[in-house]
Amino acid sequence: MSDFRRFRGTDTYLTSESLEAAVNCALVLERPLLVRGEPGTGKTLLAEAVSEALGRELIRWNVKSTTRAQDGLYVYDTVQRLYDSRFQDKDVSDIRHYIKLGPVGKAFAADERVVLLIDEIDKADVEFPNDLLNELDRMRFWIDELQEEVSAKHRPIVIITSNAEKELPDAFLRRCVFHFIDFPTPELMDRIVRVHHPDLEERLAEQAIQTFYELRSMKRLRKRPSTSELVDWIAVLQKAGVGDVRLDKNLPFLGALLKKEQDLVAFADQLAGGRRWRS
Amino acid sequence: MFIPFLYALRDRGVPVGATEAVALAQALKAGLHESSLDGFYHVARALLVHREGHLDDFDQAFLKVFKGIEVESKKLKDELLDWLREAAEREGELTEEERALLEHLDPDELEELFQQRLRDQKERHDGGNKWIGTAGTSPFGHSGKAARQGIRVGGKGGGRSAIKTADARLYKGYRQDLTLDVRQMQLALRKLRSFARVGGEEELDLEETIAETARNAGELEVVTRPPRRPNTRIILMMDVGGSMDPFAHLCSRLFSATKKSSHFKELRTYYFHNCVYGRVYETERFTDPIRVDDLLHECGPHYKLIVVGDALMAPYELLSPGGSITYSGEERAEGIVWLMRLQKHFRRSVWLNPEPQRYWYGNTIEHIRGVFDMFPLTLEGLGEATTHLMKSR
Repeated sequence: MSDFRRFRGTDTYLTSESLEAAVNCALVLERPLLVRGEPGTGKTLLAEAVSEALGRELIRWNVKSTTRAQDGLYVYDTVQRLYDSRFQDKDVSDIRHYIKLGPVGKAFAADERVVLLIDEIDKADVEFPNDLLNELDRMRFWIDELQEEVSAKHRPIVIITSNAEKELPDAFLRRCVFHFIDFPTPELMDRIVRVHHPDLEERLAEQAIQTFYELRSMKRLRKRPSTSELVDWIAVLQKAGVGDVRLDKNLPFLGALLKKEQDLVAFADQLAGGRRWRS
Repeated sequence: MFIPFLYALRDRGVPVGATEAVALAQALKAGLHESSLDGFYHVARALLVHREGHLDDFDQAFLKVFKGIEVESKKLKDELLDWLREAAEREGELTEEERALLEHLDPDELEELFQQRLRDQKERHDGGNKWIGTAGTSPFGHSGKAARQGIRVGGKGGGRSAIKTADARLYKGYRQDLTLDVRQMQLALRKLRSFARVGGEEELDLEETIAETARNAGELEVVTRPPRRPNTRIILMMDVGGSMDPFAHLCSRLFSATKKSSHFKELRTYYFHNCVYGRVYETERFTDPIRVDDLLHECGPHYKLIVVGDALMAPYELLSPGGSITYSGEERAEGIVWLMRLQKHFRRSVWLNPEPQRYWYGNTIEHIRGVFDMFPLTLEGLGEATTHLMKSR
């Protein structure tokens, strides 16, 4: 049991000790890893990093509000089969041609251990996680039309991301290893920024990060900018050849950091009324 | 140390049970904590905590149990082993799954591993950081494999130590001591769903297809129909301010539960203070007023009305014309008249009251109960109210 490959992050994905511990727990216990945290803190990227670090294929399942648990297992395309039956060019007698495995199904059927990402599980109906519980637990499901069972040859590494708090049922939570991604400290942020922009000037990096944290600490922002916004913003600053930034009302490319109309208004308001920061 | 820690967590409302404890034991057996207290902190946190609201409780419990304490090896070992044995004996309390996990961890094997680990530790123990000592003799030392394979004992250099991390209590902001949580409310509100087939024809209607194909002498005739979509329209009116302040949290939870429910076709929320008079407001700060007459004009009787309020006010505010200071003219009608108009207009309506039911007598609540069907704002009451809303008249 101890001969597994530990996850230590990748060259482009920096981790913390607790995140590594969580990923490794999930690997060893073969339980799904549930990752939560502010938008833009790299929840989805984690799955990519794990897949890269362990050299496993990544299968994604982007959950939407209309997604049903069944879609992840398999879909039986009746309409296609009916249409095909009108012309004689395809073999409609074999139902197998019309059973299409979903992401979960593919992950189970894969010939080697894969990473399965269930992205933004909170977007679906409240019952969605419960519907998947059994399949993820036992790593197998039944295809009614074929009277066959699909069972995982190798238990996939399941990574689930969620934005919302308090949305997932307890029974589901108990089966997962949980990790909450903290907002990075300025020091870690500095390292993250440098991973993305290796040729960044010292002074600009320092100023941009300082400005960013000052901006984040402003009151009344509906959507505080996060890591991905900072990385984008610095990219724009570099492209435009901006050498100095500081927090004033002429902050260049503010739109890259604040995306909401109200936030831009709040930003202007607070700068006009002097500096009133969140303590 | 292990058991008090679990109990310290439970005391703080973190739901840890055998499932979590067994998972933790497995992880430690695999050497995931790298034989250090820091490692233990991170591993335990990943496995024992399931939501960010409990992270702060975890930190506090960890501090209480591990801060400044030298761990006695023998006592700890016995504790963990006893616990595991006991757990194995308490048949009824364990699920099949947990039992299977436990069998995986044979106590004798554990003990042997542990002893070996202990010997290793004695030979190597060279003073140093007290946590190295602690880690070596901690109950989690049964994962001796890790140590023998030469993985570093003790915390990583430069990293934040577990005690320091716990002490910083970084997760204070995520606490939530909620009684009725949003999810429970959402599930109760789920009953309000009803469906209708509207929109684009995207779904195969199998029965009709067969019928049409047969009518067409066997030549395939595909019939599609629109998928089922939610068809419930809800109006939520909330009393805010004044006597409702103590219930503000409860109300905001109900509010977010309704907002997040994706199974309504339409959801309108309005605010009022004390009682509904001529107008309701779209914001909590009573801006963007909308006249109740206009609202009734826009929304047909098929909307379902949910009013949330304590229904407590001075009698004149409810019963005399001009009870509300703010209005004049036609809007000066008695509050109760406005309530009756609302109740009459909608086929289905309920009033949810956060006041405990024992206070529902001898005050304005009694009057309002004469108009609206009133339910307490508890999970049970919410369930009854949704059932009431779905009855057809």
